[in-house]
Amino acid sequence: MSLSYYTGMSRHLYGDRDIIIPNLVTLSDSKHWSLSVNPMDNGTLIIVAAGDWRLKNNLPDVGSLHAYLGDHPDYQQLGFDSRQVSHWDTGFCTFLLSVIELSNSVGIKVDLSGLPEGVRRLLMLATAVPQVKDTGRQYQATGNLQKIGQSAIDFANGVPAALHFLGEVVLALVQFFKGKAQYKRADLFLIIQEVGPNALPIVTLISFLVGLILAYMGAVQLQQFGAQIFIADLVGIGMVREMAGLMTGIIMAGRSGAAFAAQLGTMQVNEEIDALKTLGISPMEYLVLPRMLALIMMVPLLTLYGSIVGMIAGMVIAVSAFDVTVFEYYNQTLRALNVQQFLVGLSKATVYGVLIAYSGCLRGMQSGRSASAVGEATTSAVVTSIVLIVVAASILTIVFHALGI
Amino acid sequence: MTATAQQVSPDRVHISLRDLTMAYGDFVIQRDLSFDINHEDIFIIMGGSGCGKSTLLKHLIGLMAPTRGDIEYDGVNFWTSSPQVQNKLKHRFGVLFQSGALWSSQTLAENVALSIEEYTDLGKKQISEVVSYKLALVGLAGYEDFYPSEISGGMRKRAGLARAMALDPEILFFDEPSAGLDPISAKRLDELILELRDSLKTTVVVVTHELASIFDIGNNSVFLDVETKTMIATGDPSKLRTDSPEAKVREFLNRGKT
Repeated sequence: MSLSYYTGMSRHLYGDRDIIIPNLVTLSDSKHWSLSVNPMDNGTLIIVAAGDWRLKNNLPDVGSLHAYLGDHPDYQQLGFDSRQVSHWDTGFCTFLLSVIELSNSVGIKVDLSGLPEGVRRLLMLATAVPQVKDTGRQYQATGNLQKIGQSAIDFANGVPAALHFLGEVVLALVQFFKGKAQYKRADLFLIIQEVGPNALPIVTLISFLVGLILAYMGAVQLQQFGAQIFIADLVGIGMVREMAGLMTGIIMAGRSGAAFAAQLGTMQVNEEIDALKTLGISPMEYLVLPRMLALIMMVPLLTLYGSIVGMIAGMVIAVSAFDVTVFEYYNQTLRALNVQQFLVGLSKATVYGVLIAYSGCLRGMQSGRSASAVGEATTSAVVTSIVLIVVAASILTIVFHALGI
Repeated sequence: MTATAQQVSPDRVHISLRDLTMAYGDFVIQRDLSFDINHEDIFIIMGGSGCGKSTLLKHLIGLMAPTRGDIEYDGVNFWTSSPQVQNKLKHRFGVLFQSGALWSSQTLAENVALSIEEYTDLGKKQISEVVSYKLALVGLAGYEDFYPSEISGGMRKRAGLARAMALDPEILFFDEPSAGLDPISAKRLDELILELRDSLKTTVVVVTHELASIFDIGNNSVFLDVETKTMIATGDPSKLRTDSPEAKVREFLNRGKT
C-alpha cells in the first residue's frame, strides 16, 4: 500500500476535524487525551490520538495497543490520525517511538504521514542513528558469589599495580639522588610548607592532649606506690618512642595523604597528568617525588615537635596535680631518655611518612576520571595509610624489642 | 517592555536586556547592553576572545547577577523576582555547557533523567522512555548506561544537549556548541538546533564564533566589542556581514577580509 493512497483515503473518509468516526474503538482515555483505533478494510489500523498529549498528563503506554494487535493479528500496516491533538511535546514523541518499536517487533509497517510535521521530523531524527547494540562493554557482576570473586580478582590485580608504583617511586628517588629528577624546587617548598609548618597547630593540640592522657593514665596507678615521679618516664618514653609518631602519622594521613590523593585525582580527571606525559615529563618525578620528599622530611620533624609538646603536657599534669616539681620532672625525663629512644621514634616516623605519601600518591594516580572516583581515591588513601601505619607500628615495635633497642 | 511581551505575534520579544552592565568586582566586562531576543529566534552572541560572551551567557541563565540593568523573560524581570519565581523561570531554560558539564559519576541516562525525576511525576518506565528518546534525538541511542568518561568529547557534548532538552525547555542556551566537533558533527548539531526551533518552537541563544554556524542558523545576533566594552552591532548576521557600519563587525564576519 502506497503512502499517497493512504493519505487520499483518509481525507476521503473524514475530511472535517470533528467528524465522528464510525468504527472507532477506544483503547484508553483520560480527561486530557484519548487513544483509539480505527480499523480499516484494507489491512490498515489507524491509531487515533486526540486531546492534550503532553508529558504532564500521565500519558498511556502501548500495552493496550499491543493487546489489541494480539487479538486482531490481521493488520499489515499502522497509520495515524492526529488531527484532534491540541498540544504535544516529548510525551507524544516517546509514545510514538514505542508504537514504532512495537510494530517492528510484530512485523507491521508504520506510516507516519498522519502525524504533525514537527513530530514527524523529530521521529526521523530520533531514528536516524540506529541504536548501538554491540558497544564492546563488559557488564558488571551481579550475583553475590560473582561479586566476591570479582573483588578477590580486583584485590589480586591491585597488588602488582601497587608494587609497580613502588618501583617507579624508587626509580624517581634514584633520579633525584643523581640530581636528574625533573621537578620544580618551588613546588617542593610549597608542599613542605603545606604539610609541615601549616600542620603545627593541629599537631600541637593532639600531642598535648595525648601527653595529658598518658600522664593521667599512669599517674593514677603510680600514685598508689608514691611513685608519681615516674610519670616523667612514662610520658617521655611513651611519646618519643610510640605515641608522637603514631598520632602525627594519623593526622598527616588525614590531612596530607587525603590532599595528595584529591590533587592527583583531580589532575587525572582534567587530563593534566596526560599533558605532563606528552611533554615527556614523568609524573612520578614531577608530582609524586616532591610529595614523597616533603612528607619524609616533615613527619619526623613534626613527630619530634609532638613528643616535646607531649612531655610538656605531662609535666603540666605532674606539677599541678601530683606534687612533682618542674625541676624533678625535668631531671627524671633526662634520665629516662637517650638518643637511642629518639632515633627509634624518628625512624618509625620516617617510615610513616613514606607510607602516607605512598598511599596518597598511589591512590591519586590510580584515580578514575569522575568526581566520585576522586572521592573514592581520597577515602582509600586515608584508609590505606592508617592501616599501613598501624601495621608498621606493630611490626617495628616487635622488631625493636627483639633487637633489644 | 511588558506591553510588548503580551502582544501575541510571531516575533514578540522573549528575552529583553536593558542597560546591562557586567563586571567582576570593579573590573567591567561589558556595559550598556540593550537588545531583544524574540520568540523562535536563533540568537548568536559573538565577539572576539575575552569580550565577555560566556559571561553574558552566565547572566542570561541566572548564574551571575548583573552589576546594573535588567534582564526580562516574557516581561518578567529575573533579578528583581523572588527566588521562587527565579526557579520557575530557570525550569524553562536548557543549557549546554562548553564541555558538556555532565555529572561524571552518573550514567548518561541518569544525567538526562535528573531534572525529569525532580520536576515531573512520571513513573520509572516513562522516564526511561523519555530519556531514550532524548538520547536518540542527539544520535546516542543505546548509550544509556555509559559514564561520561567512557565516551568521546563530541558524544559528551551531544549528551549534554540531550540533558539540556530533557524538560522541553522554552529557551535553549548553547556555549560554543560546535567547539571540538568534527565538521560533520558540527553540521548535524546545527541542523538539530534548527529542527528543535522549528518543531518545538524553542528560542535558541548561541555563543559562538564559528562563522559557518553563525550564517547557517543565526537570524539575529549581538556583537560584543572587547575594546569599547559594549555592543557595537545587533541584527541578522548575514546582513551585518555586508551592511554593518562598523568595520570591526564586517572584518569579523568576513574572516579578517573587509
